[in-house]
Amino acid sequence: MKKYSVFAIAREAMRGHKGWEEQWSSPEPKKDYDVIIVGAGGHGLATAYYLATVHGITNVAVLEKGWLGGGNTGRNTTIIRSNYLYDESAGIYDHALKLWDGLSQELNYNVMYSARGVMMLAHNVHDIQVLKRHVHANRLNGIDNEWLTPEQAKEFCPPLNISKQARYPVMGAALQRRGGTARHDAVAWGYARGASARGVHIIQNCEVTGVKRAANGAVTGVETTRGFIGAKRVGVVAAGHSSVIMNMAGVRMPLESYPLQALVSEPVKPVVPCVVMSNTVHAYISQSDKGELVIGAGTDQYVSYSQTGGLHILQHTLDAICEMFPIFTRMKMLRSWGGIVDVTPDRSPILAKTPVPGLYVNCGWGTGGFKATPGSGHVFAHTIARDDPHPINAPFTIERFRTGRLIDEAAAAAVAH
Amino acid sequence: MLLIRCPYCEEERPELEFRNAGEAHIARSANIAGESDDDFEKFFFIRSNPKGIIYERWRHMHGCARFFNAVRDTISDKFIMTYKAGEPKPVKLPGVAK
Repeated sequence: MKKYSVFAIAREAMRGHKGWEEQWSSPEPKKDYDVIIVGAGGHGLATAYYLATVHGITNVAVLEKGWLGGGNTGRNTTIIRSNYLYDESAGIYDHALKLWDGLSQELNYNVMYSARGVMMLAHNVHDIQVLKRHVHANRLNGIDNEWLTPEQAKEFCPPLNISKQARYPVMGAALQRRGGTARHDAVAWGYARGASARGVHIIQNCEVTGVKRAANGAVTGVETTRGFIGAKRVGVVAAGHSSVIMNMAGVRMPLESYPLQALVSEPVKPVVPCVVMSNTVHAYISQSDKGELVIGAGTDQYVSYSQTGGLHILQHTLDAICEMFPIFTRMKMLRSWGGIVDVTPDRSPILAKTPVPGLYVNCGWGTGGFKATPGSGHVFAHTIARDDPHPINAPFTIERFRTGRLIDEAAAAAVAH
Repeated sequence: MLLIRCPYCEEERPELEFRNAGEAHIARSANIAGESDDDFEKFFFIRSNPKGIIYERWRHMHGCARFFNAVRDTISDKFIMTYKAGEPKPVKLPGVAK
């Protein structure tokens, strides 16, 4: 792998940009590997990267039914934050946030992590109580989060409407300054490049159609559209399709998959300097470096794999955006799209060993997985390499739905799931 | 937006009138306190989440307010049929190959 640097740019400028190499190779699949990762999204590629760099396991294949980063990695609204309520969540999301800081240097790839601040609005007394509780809980966990008055919120984000005449007036806000955004595609590409350079095989257009198990129940490999590929350890990181893959191994999951939509506006000059989220009116918004407003909507109410969603869901979100930011009422929306998110009953992820020996699962990130990408890959690689969870992901088992030891962010999340 | 036929009103109405109520044909135990942890997990948390044909409950919230069941394809979101609550799970589905 040739390093990217200012000297590389100068060198290539001199010779007509003919020396840039492929960012990752596309080898033919081998007969077997030490580890197979199902799903080449951010989480899967990060897992492969950390298997190679931290644990020295490079005989790894990442299988992807479509193209790399083409699922939820390329469909989210790129928001990064770690101000979750419970200790377990704070642990894993802040682990990720610490890795975001410095990820571009680590990968030698600009993931454009921008700690521009994530501000969550309170519109009623209940919101104020919930968000203040988060501020205090976060402080106890060493996570920055501070309370702002409506005037301070407006100062931090000038286009915000804090009029008391609004249908849902802004009564305060919680601000995590270390939160922000990153370039979602670059995260997948950067991890893919780093993993590929260390010998990981990234195999696109290769759909897993079955999981093979030996007589003793242990995993022996996967059937794919490109033939059988053997491995004693298989990590499933298939987002909305996780329960489909797990069913192939005979494991029924506490998951349901829903369409989640997002949309972008026409590009305009810089106007939104941070990320603004509101749970109560259900909207979140930021501005990309290209100038588009990036707006996240809610999920549809029914299970679906259609990668689309109802128009009324988008309309509902835009109603809220226009109320919070009257300045945007005449903006044109350019594109909208949907991704399929796998949601657990307690709205916390599952990163764990499974009842099947050699089978590991990293799923259930629901509507908020992007922010966790580096941390998720880091601890999941540990789980696969050691056949034992990292202390950070140890609470995120499948068994918690039997024992009752839930991580119930469903009721406590600072944002709608 | 989905167009859903309420089997009680016998009309196709827009999705906004309805509330999805999750997977259908999951029987609640008559002795819920006596359930083992395993069985309670299956009843309460485990879902089939199929890519393809799903049997699900809907409620006609802003109409007759009654619960009913539907069969839908989760890839196309097209409804195969709807039927009244309490009716058996249909075995033969119109227009669906085995």
